[in-house]
Amino acid sequence: MNGWLQHLPILPVLLPLCTGALLLLSSETQRISRATISICATIAQLTVALVLLVMADGHMAAPWPGEVGVYALGNWAAPFGIVLVVDRLAAIMLALTSTLGLATLIYSLAHWKRAGIHFLPLFQLLLMGLNGAFLTGDLFNLFVFFEVLLAASYGLALHGSGAARVTAGMHYIAVNLVASLLFLIAAALIYGVTGTLNMAELAQRAATLGEEDRILFNLGAMLLGIVFLVKAGAWPLNFWLPDAYGAAAPPVAGIFAILTKVGIYALLRFAVLLEDAGTPAPFGGDWLFYCGLATIATGTLGVLAAQKLDRLAGFLVIVSSGILLAAFGFSGTSLTGPALYYLVSSVLASGAFFLLIEMAERNRTAAADMLSITLEAFGLQDKHESEHPDEMAGVAIPAAMAFLGLAFFSCALLLTGLPPLSGFVGKFALLAAAFSAPPEASIQQAAMFAIALLLSGLAGMIALSRLGIRVFWDTERPAPRLQWIEAGPVAALILLCTLLSLGTEPAMSYFNAAAQSLHDAPAYVGSVLPATTVKGAP
Amino acid sequence: MEIVFALAVGILAGSGIYLLLRPRTFQVIMGLSLLAYSVNLFIFAMGRLRMGAAPIIDPARGSDPALYADPVPQALVLTAIVISFATTALFLVVLLASRGLNGTDHVDGREPDQE
Repeated sequence: MNGWLQHLPILPVLLPLCTGALLLLSSETQRISRATISICATIAQLTVALVLLVMADGHMAAPWPGEVGVYALGNWAAPFGIVLVVDRLAAIMLALTSTLGLATLIYSLAHWKRAGIHFLPLFQLLLMGLNGAFLTGDLFNLFVFFEVLLAASYGLALHGSGAARVTAGMHYIAVNLVASLLFLIAAALIYGVTGTLNMAELAQRAATLGEEDRILFNLGAMLLGIVFLVKAGAWPLNFWLPDAYGAAAPPVAGIFAILTKVGIYALLRFAVLLEDAGTPAPFGGDWLFYCGLATIATGTLGVLAAQKLDRLAGFLVIVSSGILLAAFGFSGTSLTGPALYYLVSSVLASGAFFLLIEMAERNRTAAADMLSITLEAFGLQDKHESEHPDEMAGVAIPAAMAFLGLAFFSCALLLTGLPPLSGFVGKFALLAAAFSAPPEASIQQAAMFAIALLLSGLAGMIALSRLGIRVFWDTERPAPRLQWIEAGPVAALILLCTLLSLGTEPAMSYFNAAAQSLHDAPAYVGSVLPATTVKGAP
Repeated sequence: MEIVFALAVGILAGSGIYLLLRPRTFQVIMGLSLLAYSVNLFIFAMGRLRMGAAPIIDPARGSDPALYADPVPQALVLTAIVISFATTALFLVVLLASRGLNGTDHVDGREPDQE
């Protein structure tokens, strides 16, 4: 048994890869078996992620010694082979990915997966890229997983086709291709200087660089930081985000809610590892803090200006990115734990929100263009025959509007950070940590952070109530028909946020422990490279 | 050799960035390709430029690393070429779809003067 358990960390990468390949081979007409395979695979990923979550905390005998689990691919030892690293933070992100993935997948089965081809395999490959990016301990491998998830996301962003999607998707692809090229330059520069791509060894070597090499290394690190900031949607690199997220099909936008967090995760991971090397600029300190504030400001302005719910949701994602960046840039490490809590809550809430807005806007005049897009994808069919067959046959929930209203209200509470749900707990914990941070953090910074946080919440509340009134108090339209598999995932995501706020204490202690082990860079390096002596410069 | 190599990388990257900032989708894709070429050459150079050194150990010459070129950047370049090739092909499809749907090859999907 233990022999099998040691292979657990590779499963989040292998499972979606095999499932995606299998789905590619099977014909699109076998709807039920394909849906069953995808759901089973995603549930299996969720199970693996939860087991890893428990193992990383030491509640279950882990097959690895110490807190950080290291899986050497092909059993090649660390500096030579590629490793996967599981610690609490990686496990949290894995669990978050598969939870959100499962919810959006179930939602998409209602009818969105049929708006184009290859939705299910691309979805699995996206999950594979996400899981791999959270697990890997190798810089170039990180690039590869970024590419996997981006390539899948390009396909998904265009899912359903239509002029708006293709134009927004083209911008999204162009920006991300340039970012990938920058990533390559950064990886090559860092390899050229340090002679390694293993993240743990990189941390060791970076601390002992000569003066001349240091300049080149910092250049490489700076480019790397810019790439992560592009992915995270930091100002001024985020203008592609609202368009791409707003134009994408709802289940795709739902899973995209976690894409920006990959950038933030990578930024955080490298910031900790490069701390000994004097943390190059984009990874931390004042620079990142003010960048975060600027991101919050642009997000807030966008939230106030947004005329449509999908764009509003995109700007809310930017605001949450900004809050996280500012929190990680804040001096001291006490904000990391609360920031992780906020991250989880905001990802779940914005995922639910993206799914919700499509249901809420259904049957409104704006929904007509959505329908025409679907028609295009089906080819030129008679309009009456192809109007979402499932929707007509599906069970109409009598209280559909009541459910939508309640879900919208809960999402608004979560996204703006009003009590009693977890959005409030997250923001409150962030502010409490900011004001009780050690003295080297100036009170000025804490005040600015607090103002930005509260103003962005206020703006979100104004915008959400304005658009909410327009959508829900519109008497001109019939109540939308919902299917259980559409309403269920949204309800489940909101319920999870409620559970998170009810179980704040155990959750927060887990996040704090995750932050603590994250900031313990020597432990990470020690686990990946056991008993290494620095083997001379390259 | 270093000067020629550096000039090649610089010219490719410069032309790539110029084309990338142009308003037509075909220019953008050419820019991306040129930029990808320059990046590939750059990765290659990060393993240090060596003449007449193979990256694979030859039993006849022994295993002294000084005799061989660094194999890692070459492996990285291979991956990078494959990935950039695939994404360029994908971008080409999107570009054609955009041209077909919008009736223009402007990157914004509409001509700047027709609001």
